Amino acid sequence: MSKSKFTTIGRKILMALSGFFLMFFLLQHLTINMLSVVSPDMFNDVSQFMGTNPVVQFALQPVLIFAVFFHFIMGIVLELQNRRARSIKYAYSKPGTNSSWISRNMIITGLVVLAFLGLHFYDFWVHEMTVKYGGGDMSGLINPNDLDSGYRYHEELVAKFVDPVRVIIYVISFVLLSLHLMHGFQSSFQSMGVSKGKNFIKKFGNVFAIAVPALFVFIAIYHHLQH
Amino acid sequence: MSTLDSKVPEGPLKDKWTTYKDKIDLVNPANKRKIDIIVIGTGLAGGSASATLAEQGYNVKAFCYQDSPRRAHSIAAQGGINAAKNYQGDGDSNYRLFYDTVKGGDYRSREANVYRLAEVSGNIIDQCVAQGVPFARDYGGLLDNRSFGGVLVSRTFYAKGQTGQQLLLGAYSAMNRQIARGKIEMYNRHEMLDIVKVDGKARGIIARNLITGELERHSAHAVVIASGGYGNLYFLSTNAMGSNVTAAWKTHKKGAFFANPCFTQIHPTCIPRSGDYQSKLTLMSESLRNDGRIWVPAKLEDVMAIREGKKKPTDLSEDERDYYLERRYPAFGNLVPRDVASRAAKERCDAGYGVNKTGEAVYLDFKSAIERYGKEQAKIHNEKDASAQRIYDLGKDIVEAKYGNLFQMYEKIVDEDPYKTPMMIYPATHYTMGGLWVDYNLMTTVEGCYAIGEANFSDHGANRLGASALMQGLADGYFVLPYTIGDYLSDDIRTGRIPTDTDAFEEAENSVKTTLDKLINTGGTKAVDYFHKKLGNIIWNKVGMSRNEAGLKEAIAEIQELRADFWKNVRVPGGTHEVNRELEKAGRVADFLELGELFAQDALTREESCGGHFREESVEIDGPQKGEAKRDDENFTFVSAWEYKGNPSESQLHKEELKYENIELKQRSYK
Amino acid sequence: MNLTLKIWRQEDAKSPGKMVTYPISNIEGHMSFLEMMDILNDELIEKGEEPVAFDHDCREGICGMCSMYINGEAHGPDRRVTTCQLHMRMFKDGETIHIEPFRANSFPVLKDLMVDRGAFDRIQQAGGYISVNTSGNTQDANSLPIPKADADLAMDAATCIGCGACVATCKNSSAMLFVSAKVSQYALLPQGRVEAKDRVLNMVNQMDIEGFGNCTNTGACEVECPKGISLDNIARMNRELIKAKA
Repeated sequence: MSKSKFTTIGRKILMALSGFFLMFFLLQHLTINMLSVVSPDMFNDVSQFMGTNPVVQFALQPVLIFAVFFHFIMGIVLELQNRRARSIKYAYSKPGTNSSWISRNMIITGLVVLAFLGLHFYDFWVHEMTVKYGGGDMSGLINPNDLDSGYRYHEELVAKFVDPVRVIIYVISFVLLSLHLMHGFQSSFQSMGVSKGKNFIKKFGNVFAIAVPALFVFIAIYHHLQH
Repeated sequence: MSTLDSKVPEGPLKDKWTTYKDKIDLVNPANKRKIDIIVIGTGLAGGSASATLAEQGYNVKAFCYQDSPRRAHSIAAQGGINAAKNYQGDGDSNYRLFYDTVKGGDYRSREANVYRLAEVSGNIIDQCVAQGVPFARDYGGLLDNRSFGGVLVSRTFYAKGQTGQQLLLGAYSAMNRQIARGKIEMYNRHEMLDIVKVDGKARGIIARNLITGELERHSAHAVVIASGGYGNLYFLSTNAMGSNVTAAWKTHKKGAFFANPCFTQIHPTCIPRSGDYQSKLTLMSESLRNDGRIWVPAKLEDVMAIREGKKKPTDLSEDERDYYLERRYPAFGNLVPRDVASRAAKERCDAGYGVNKTGEAVYLDFKSAIERYGKEQAKIHNEKDASAQRIYDLGKDIVEAKYGNLFQMYEKIVDEDPYKTPMMIYPATHYTMGGLWVDYNLMTTVEGCYAIGEANFSDHGANRLGASALMQGLADGYFVLPYTIGDYLSDDIRTGRIPTDTDAFEEAENSVKTTLDKLINTGGTKAVDYFHKKLGNIIWNKVGMSRNEAGLKEAIAEIQELRADFWKNVRVPGGTHEVNRELEKAGRVADFLELGELFAQDALTREESCGGHFREESVEIDGPQKGEAKRDDENFTFVSAWEYKGNPSESQLHKEELKYENIELKQRSYK
Repeated sequence: MNLTLKIWRQEDAKSPGKMVTYPISNIEGHMSFLEMMDILNDELIEKGEEPVAFDHDCREGICGMCSMYINGEAHGPDRRVTTCQLHMRMFKDGETIHIEPFRANSFPVLKDLMVDRGAFDRIQQAGGYISVNTSGNTQDANSLPIPKADADLAMDAATCIGCGACVATCKNSSAMLFVSAKVSQYALLPQGRVEAKDRVLNMVNQMDIEGFGNCTNTGACEVECPKGISLDNIARMNRELIKAKA
């Protein structure tokens, strides 16, 4: 049946590895975003660095994009395989008695996060790409012709959170990301074969899954209210 | 009729097996590839035999009625497996294991076979450890032992309360290795319904595919019956629902003598029955008697109060309790052999001291063990002022580690917590020492047909000691049969494949088909279980833990009547060419209805008490053993081997005289 | 008590099946679930109908033959028991009980509630053994001390009865708990280390060929496993696979 060169376990391990990478990215993204609250200047500086450094742009960025696509394509492949493994469903089933909704519905939380990523890309990444590589403006300035106009990043960030609808979408997406992480974090360790310190991983994973999305949400609301 | 030749080799007991193995004919490896062997059953005996024969190079076809060889009922054995390793340094030896087994079997087993069993017992443990069987170990990493009933040394190896499971999975893994290599062809969900003889030799079987209902012909140069015991004759037993006598019985009807059918083991520690709908009884491992104390109330009024729910067993003080095994058998106490413990429980319950509603239950109490272990642990942990609760908790942990799964099983079934209130137990049919008669080579009286494990009669005499069934099954399968069968098969290297399109196969298949059609078309109204339950009742009441002439004669008449009724009034729905569970059951019960009669007949013939066979007419009248079973060595030191003559009532008795050259026959005393 | 049973009936492997309703009365709490099924079957036979086919054998929770999906859970609502050890006291008078076979494409239904778990046997045949001949010419059992902790963990893994509840319960029909229990048992013992690499690769490969789904670590198998086989075994198998591939 499965002709792929990966075993089922191999695929899960890759899923876990890409998950780890994305979680690490999330942490890094959060750190930079937090700067927008603490110090707009620092935020602008770091943004300009990240946006123009060739290593980040041409090495890390493609890896990140690959990881996102890999994680989501593999997720869908796994889901389809899993559905195929039982073609006649139970007439009556009570999965809630033995497992959590979150763990059973990673595909749902994952797809919502994916949809959000679409919006997010459209909002920031597409814009960045158009300005930088479409328009050839690598300066990062509000007015590329005026060196004193300052960096545009913080201003653009704040502008995005004016619209309350966007903030609400943002909040919902991060709640689902939180659910996704809540299972994904510990699950990645289990897939990698880590069983020592299982309880600690679980607890730490829950803290991570709540704190990281909560801070993103905080940033969004903060800028919305500050406006 | 010819006298039975047990083919026991000459020479001193200790050298018999070694010398015999050295002189036995062998089949060279290239020729083994030309030889097929059929093995019926995949329990410890059949599974280990299949694996070993396949390893040696024979082509093995293994059959089981379950959906996988791993499900054979050996899997349910709990307590352990004996081996004379003397790891505990308590004076154990091959001789002592041999002696204990012969004595435990009440001097009705064949010396040479038993000694061989003891001799290879140590090998079994080595073998199983090499296979990855996770036996219990002590903190030094070495194998742990526990003691079992009827012996004075600790020689029982165990894997929690699931020793049978682990040993069977070991044999199953060895089988898997050979299945993967193509040396074993595995036929799951197949039931052997007849054996085929060509020129007087066993050359094949007729098997029914339990999924399609198809009858299949399978040929081989030898057939090995490893189909287990016939305890389900009693309807209620600790055997699996599907355990049956059919393979052995069909072989018996084709000429294999059936030995000592009446030797049945009633196991003392089972969960008592609770109602008529009950389908089976659950065993609580004998190992529980290591730590549990068996008692009933000393006064009848307390019994009544407990039955009515006015008193709880924990309300009774020590002197209101009758620890009857400790009272009657101070030397062995709660660790007397199974037959003795069972009869003692029956004696108390018959006298009205049974503690549950049916009056058929005694207590098995762990209170003292918990306390003893608790104190020991408190000492180890240096807790000088441990409270009673603390001692209880510490002790409970130890008991839980030892028997946790058994306690859990008890609680699930009975809905009472055995840590808080004593368990209730009662004897139940567990094992059958009788079976197909075999010689020293384990061959039956049908040439080329072997019987191993519980299916044969040879090693346990009139009573089996705990933890010896696993030992015998594996000894036969791993270490005995693979040698002895070569001696016979060495003549078959030029025979070539046995064709199945011959008259012998045709005839056998037709007779099976006729029987199946007859069962389907009886047109009766009663379910198979109706007859099985009735049979079980007759056997339990009249050929159970104690037997007498009048009862046995009644039983024979009642069974004959019931058998006639069965063939007139049984209803088997469905057809033959489909999954048909009722048809499977009907075939098995039909055979039990025949065996039942022979069973009672054998019990009637043996006018002595020995081991599990207790004739009320044969007891000690006075002296220190008053009331105990009385063996009659002068007239009954023989194996009864019955030859089928067209009808169970006409079976002819042959006697194999038992000669004891190395052991002096004594009265078994556990006092 | 009186109950309504909704039972999956299917003539044979090729026919389609459906849920059929049967009322049953006078059931007592201390009956086992299978004894209740026996009573139903007796009634069906009496009425001239075909009894419900289901697998069962030892009826003491060790052979692993019984396999029913009862009220939405493998082996029913009780924990740490097989179907045969489930007792009717777990149900209430008037309750409706749904009874289905263990479902997975790798466990095709043979009839009614009977399924074919041959896939499990084939996985074991792919490597679930230690390649040692059964001649008895091995070293003395005590010449190889094994730390008690390892022996105990191996024993815990080895208690798997191969019933398939893990597959039946898993939303993905994954057989990871079953396979990992066997891989773990041998991986924990020095005797088993010799072939550890080949074993895990071959067994996982066979598991994939049989068409079981992927493990998504929901943990349902561990909860429903009648023998309490731990998820740690799955982690251990993942480790073993990484080691074998590395």
